[in-house]
Amino acid sequence: MTSPQPVLRLGALERGRRRAALAMLSPTLAGLVVFFVLPLLATILLSFTRYNLLSPPQWIGLRNYQYLFTQDPKVWTSAGNTLWFVVVLVPVRVLTAMGVAALLIRVRRGSGFWRTVFYLPALVPPVASVVAFVFLFTPGGGPVNTVLGALGLPQPLWFNDPQLAKPSLVLLGIWVMGDVMVIFLAALLDVPRELYEAAELDGAGPVAKTWYVTLPTIAPVIGFAAITGVIAALQYFTEAAVASTVASGKAGAGSSATDVLGYPDNALLTYAQWLYVRGFGSYQLGYASALAVLLFVVAAAAVTFTLRKVKAFSPEEAMS
Amino acid sequence: MSAVLTAGGATVPTATSARRRRRRSLPAVVAEHTGLAVLAVLFMAPVVFVVLTAFMPSSQALTGSLWPHPWTWENFATAFTRAPLARWFANSALYAVLATGFMLVSSIPGAYALARIRFRGATLVFAAIVVMMLLPPQITSVPTYIVWAKLGLTGTLWPVILPNLLGDAFSIFLLRQFFLTIPRDYSDAARLDGNGEWGVLLRVIAPMARPGIAAAGLFMFFNSWNDYYGPLLYASENPSWWPVAYGLATFRGMHGTDWSLTMAITLLVMVPVVVLFFFAQRVFVEGIALTGIKG
Repeated sequence: MTSPQPVLRLGALERGRRRAALAMLSPTLAGLVVFFVLPLLATILLSFTRYNLLSPPQWIGLRNYQYLFTQDPKVWTSAGNTLWFVVVLVPVRVLTAMGVAALLIRVRRGSGFWRTVFYLPALVPPVASVVAFVFLFTPGGGPVNTVLGALGLPQPLWFNDPQLAKPSLVLLGIWVMGDVMVIFLAALLDVPRELYEAAELDGAGPVAKTWYVTLPTIAPVIGFAAITGVIAALQYFTEAAVASTVASGKAGAGSSATDVLGYPDNALLTYAQWLYVRGFGSYQLGYASALAVLLFVVAAAAVTFTLRKVKAFSPEEAMS
Repeated sequence: MSAVLTAGGATVPTATSARRRRRRSLPAVVAEHTGLAVLAVLFMAPVVFVVLTAFMPSSQALTGSLWPHPWTWENFATAFTRAPLARWFANSALYAVLATGFMLVSSIPGAYALARIRFRGATLVFAAIVVMMLLPPQITSVPTYIVWAKLGLTGTLWPVILPNLLGDAFSIFLLRQFFLTIPRDYSDAARLDGNGEWGVLLRVIAPMARPGIAAAGLFMFFNSWNDYYGPLLYASENPSWWPVAYGLATFRGMHGTDWSLTMAITLLVMVPVVVLFFFAQRVFVEGIALTGIKG
């Protein structure tokens, strides 16, 4: 009669362990429900209403969606701008980060110094970096145009030109690519040296080694950088909003802040900003919820794709 | 890929020693370094121009002469009289410190439970956390804002500070990734020594995970310090609660085109973060690498 007791004890241990897990996770579970699940459901419900905080929500069926798809004057402009950042900003940042990382791993002396130089801009608070860039690219007498003028080159209007405002933000995105670069540095250092040696024995030159050894080995990291970049670009807000506010030179406090968003000529009005303008500039909370639902549908597709592709995000790897 | 940051202080290889090429011609080396140096000058130029402009007399900015004459501290003195900088910095510090503290208290146990305790539903909870981390925050802004408004807390920074008491998705993800790099043997041994799960976490895992906890804390601190969307949404109506990131964004609009003054404030906003980075450089860079581990 010796066996039942250990079994019982193990059961008790198991129960104790579960109770501890529940206690440890309870704040997280509460956070998931209060700040994620319930607001998500509430957003969907609110999207069928008209609501401005002052009077109770009024059920209006699909009218918000009808307005969104057929009448809203700026929704497609803003969606187009966000799509532009997804398609241009993300690949440019990934490629620059990869290129600089590839250069950096070849440096023998002072590697810490060089890495710091290229990483430092990523640390600058985004608002400060945008304010600095708008100043640097100020059309009349800003440092960049002063230098371009001295070289006899054209001096564009940058953040004040609807055609160039988005490309100017891409330059900013390149400047702060350090966060992505660090991931590529780690990945490139992880490529097994034997693979290069084997390729060399086969007579591979630098190009062949990059194409047949480096790129396939770091492919998952390129995927990770691209996917997380797309998800970040879908919610692109701060850089564009601050660039508009600062470049327009208008006061940006309170509800008047929403008037300058998109400057110049809606070139920088991203989808996330349009949601903000409708929701919190003019308190059309029902309509903003409909915009949020559409954003959710698009983002959910991107996230579903991400969960399939990025192993670190998959729960199957949970227990080692 | 293997984990870049591991317990017990083992770290990313910081030198390229393992991958040195044996045969490289001198011209190739010179070309690489020249290319790097040119790029480095381009990357440093923005900061240099910000510094130069911050130290020049207001009347000199935008005149096309880029070197200050004379050098002056005047802009920094003026900055404190023209904008409530002390209040902005105090608000940012309050936001960053409380958010980080609250996050650590709530997220360390949650991340440990997800990494080291087997229980039904663990995979579902982890998947939900990853989805919450990845989805744009704007999706849930409307109802969240409505609730904070009903509670009378809009016009303050509490709506961006208090939620951290209930865990932060990205921090939980990061901490869990780190806890997974600690071999199971340690927690098993601690259990055999008679520790409950809290004992295992507090006596064994947390001390071993100090670099990971430091990285998660630093990320939270920086993200709060840099946050623009949260303060815009909740505190823009009440200037007495503005943090420095939001104040800086509004400054130029309210004070015309005094670029020297604006650059002085911009510099003041950059400096604390950069100083903190130099004190915690390794932790930080390694933490970023950790977010990308396992492809």
